[in-house]
Amino acid sequence: MTAIDVRGLTKRYGPETVVDDLSFTVEPGQVTGFLGPNGAGKSTTMRMIIGLAAPDRGTVTIGGRRYQDLPVPLAEVGALLDAGAVHGGRTAHDHLLALAVSNGLPKQRVGEVLARTGLEGVARRRAGGFSLGMRQRLGIAATLLGDPRVLIFDEPINGLDPEGIRWVRDLMRSLAAEGRAVLVSSHLMSEMAQTADHLIVIGRGRLIADTAVSELTRTNGESTVLVRAPASFAPQLVAAGATVREGLESTLLVSGLTAADIGQLASYHGVALSELTPQRPSLEDAFMELTRDSLEFQGAAA
Amino acid sequence: MTTSVVEPKVGFGRTLHAEWIKLRSLRSTWYTLACLFAVGLGITALAANGAGQAWDTATEADRLAWDPTGRSLMAYIVAQLIVGVLGILVVTSEYATGLMGTTLTATPRRTRVLAAKVVLATAIAAVAGELLMFGSFLTGQSLMTGQGVPTASLSDPGVFSAVTAGGLYLAAIALLAIGLGVIMRATAGALATLVGIVFLVPAMAGLFPSWMTGLFNYWPTLGGSAALTTVPSPDYPHPWLNLAGMGVGIAAVLAAAFTLFRRRDI
Repeated sequence: MTAIDVRGLTKRYGPETVVDDLSFTVEPGQVTGFLGPNGAGKSTTMRMIIGLAAPDRGTVTIGGRRYQDLPVPLAEVGALLDAGAVHGGRTAHDHLLALAVSNGLPKQRVGEVLARTGLEGVARRRAGGFSLGMRQRLGIAATLLGDPRVLIFDEPINGLDPEGIRWVRDLMRSLAAEGRAVLVSSHLMSEMAQTADHLIVIGRGRLIADTAVSELTRTNGESTVLVRAPASFAPQLVAAGATVREGLESTLLVSGLTAADIGQLASYHGVALSELTPQRPSLEDAFMELTRDSLEFQGAAA
Repeated sequence: MTTSVVEPKVGFGRTLHAEWIKLRSLRSTWYTLACLFAVGLGITALAANGAGQAWDTATEADRLAWDPTGRSLMAYIVAQLIVGVLGILVVTSEYATGLMGTTLTATPRRTRVLAAKVVLATAIAAVAGELLMFGSFLTGQSLMTGQGVPTASLSDPGVFSAVTAGGLYLAAIALLAIGLGVIMRATAGALATLVGIVFLVPAMAGLFPSWMTGLFNYWPTLGGSAALTTVPSPDYPHPWLNLAGMGVGIAAVLAAAFTLFRRRDI
């Protein structure tokens, strides 16, 4: 069953359309990356999913119901939009206890989520003294309170150290492996490449791509082959129909021919290759290409 | 599209309990309440200690209008500001930290969230307000007894209702403060507005055009607090009507607050 269903979502702030007729679905059992440059409308979309902002048009349903109609919201959706959204004077334990009680969840859930996020030791400390990483963990602990089937994180790795980043990444992978739907926003394609199974890319509030990660790299960004060979090989490649650019350290970046073609060509000419490496187009490249198209389109439309 | 009727499993009681946990888990709540009693009883003591001298220098007319009850309840003037801070913070501390988003994610029924805050803060303000007013009355009377001036006891006519009115008045100011907190969404703005309403407007009441004086019959610190005396002011022959009128005005502010809270994006 579809976890999150976004249909024709539109949000305007004054004359500006921040989210523009956006439709996508988020499926259980995988991490869905929600990607776009800063200001693309990711946070606004997430706020509309959980009912904090009202759409001008369109609908969002969670498991078929509007968020406002969920009988026990925390048992269905865990959302972390702002790790700083904790009163600094309240202890981690009390912060979570109030949330658990508000949804009628058993009080022992507080201890359980504190343990899962590694915060048992600081449960009785005031959140005002927490580092950004600890606040992030506290925010994630709150999302897990109701053992929800759907999790929503807005830029969860912002400001984290490498250890924290890895922890968040592993957690999201394991939450998806448990069959939950995980929606994670980021403006960093490279991060999503390591975490997400599926990508929803938006630019200026519009859907640009809704695709599997593997699909995106296959269809976007030209594939090249890195060749390390004597300089005399370059004209021969061009003669065979390839496009050749100079890479770093006197390497050649060849497109238009596969690695196998290049190997055969080298063998034919009796050239000794010291390296022949197919380059996978990076997600970053694919992302840049996608969003550049969207910006050009926007510019032409305006 | 069909509308499914969802039976809420999470009722108002849960929301109220959660709000209570949030309020009691902040030290600022207890500091504010401690401050309320320290400042309130301190002002009562100052007012009562000056009673002897005031009586000695009073004219015959002053002595006829001598109101030991009203004198012992004067602390309400400052107490209303501290109670107001409590009411404001229940709302604005969540806006300042961004916690409001978390609260409304856990409980998307916004009317219920605000109703829980209103019930809780008003109940605390009513209990604390009554305790302070009765404490002030008893403290004030016992301090005045030693100075040979007329004093009152709770069984005297009008005394019990005047002291009770003091607590209700403070609870009403807490309600007003919550409303202002929701409308302003910022501690400083809400507090400045509250100070303007309870201090500045009354202080400058003479400057306003005459058509506004009708409003002042029901204004906090002016007509709204007329019930805190046993010797009715000639301006306010039915002081409980003035207090009720203030309640109507505060209800209007709260209605606006609820409407905004339901409709606004967080």
